[in-house]
Amino acid sequence: MARAAVPGRLAQRLRWLEAELVERHVETASARTLLLDVPGWAGSLPGQHVDVRLTAEDGYSTQRSYSLASARDDGRLELTVQRIEDGEVSPYLTDVLAVGDLIEIRGPVGGWFVWHPTQTEPVLLIAGGSGLVPLMAMIRTRDAAGSRVPFRLLYSLREPADRLYAADLDRGSPGLDITYVHTRAAPEGSPRSAGRLTPEDLARWGWPADFEPTVYVCGPTGFVEAAAVQLLALGHAPQRIRTERFGPSGG
Amino acid sequence: MATTVPEDGHDDYLDGNALAGPLSELFAVDVTAAISRCAHCGSTGPVAGLRVYARGPGLTARCSACSGVVLRLVRGTDTAWLDMRGAVTVAVPLAD
Repeated sequence: MARAAVPGRLAQRLRWLEAELVERHVETASARTLLLDVPGWAGSLPGQHVDVRLTAEDGYSTQRSYSLASARDDGRLELTVQRIEDGEVSPYLTDVLAVGDLIEIRGPVGGWFVWHPTQTEPVLLIAGGSGLVPLMAMIRTRDAAGSRVPFRLLYSLREPADRLYAADLDRGSPGLDITYVHTRAAPEGSPRSAGRLTPEDLARWGWPADFEPTVYVCGPTGFVEAAAVQLLALGHAPQRIRTERFGPSGG
Repeated sequence: MATTVPEDGHDDYLDGNALAGPLSELFAVDVTAAISRCAHCGSTGPVAGLRVYARGPGLTARCSACSGVVLRLVRGTDTAWLDMRGAVTVAVPLAD
């Protein structure tokens, strides 16, 4: 049936693909961005993620999910991985995997926490820590498309040294407003003192609910829960709030 | 076992986005963007909005309104067990 097609890909189940590490660069003391070359990669939408599978020589295999940091269409993909000191997978990806080594990738997956460049309403992005990764893919896609859709980013991080994609964020983009919510230590001259995200932050730096923005929230479960509750209290409609939760540690 | 274990750290649960990879082994469509109706309380919402507990064997997705189990997925070596008795319907958006 011709109507069986689904947005984003042909109607077939996803297969594991071989991915070769092409480049790895330092984002922060504990985060690295991996550029992978994946023959057969069909591209992705911003916000989607991939499953990564590592298999040891004895056959033991383990998987993790990582958000894509960009939505490229050149057969390559970018993952930003936060090293978890006692983790099983992340230290391997940030420190051991060498350029030219292969891992397995399945994706892109996820069709709900995505931003389509055809959307025209204002967008509010709320990032907690490395929850910035899929939101950065949205910012980069908007940039690449030359879109003028108004974007606002509220980026919650412990201290300035934890900031991901510092160069890209400093460069900015027309129509993109960025506010940093430092939770432990704010830099000199910061417009707010250090502390967790508050409803006042959302009211002051976000969009008013009657602008009917689509809101994307990504971060640790506790952060996402708190932000979602505050957004609802400010009058944002539940169906306009899209969330993606992950743990601050684990692997 | 080769169940996807998302990075859930110290947090209790993930959300239905974490089902996207595991369910892609079974379905040709992205089920996380589908709207499910909870068999326990009747509320509807995207599968991506369910609460997913990944600590036990497999994945358990619960309704965010009533906490009832909507979907369970256990991946064995050569078989995937999918229990969807907690979902009355799953409405999948299709492209034109």
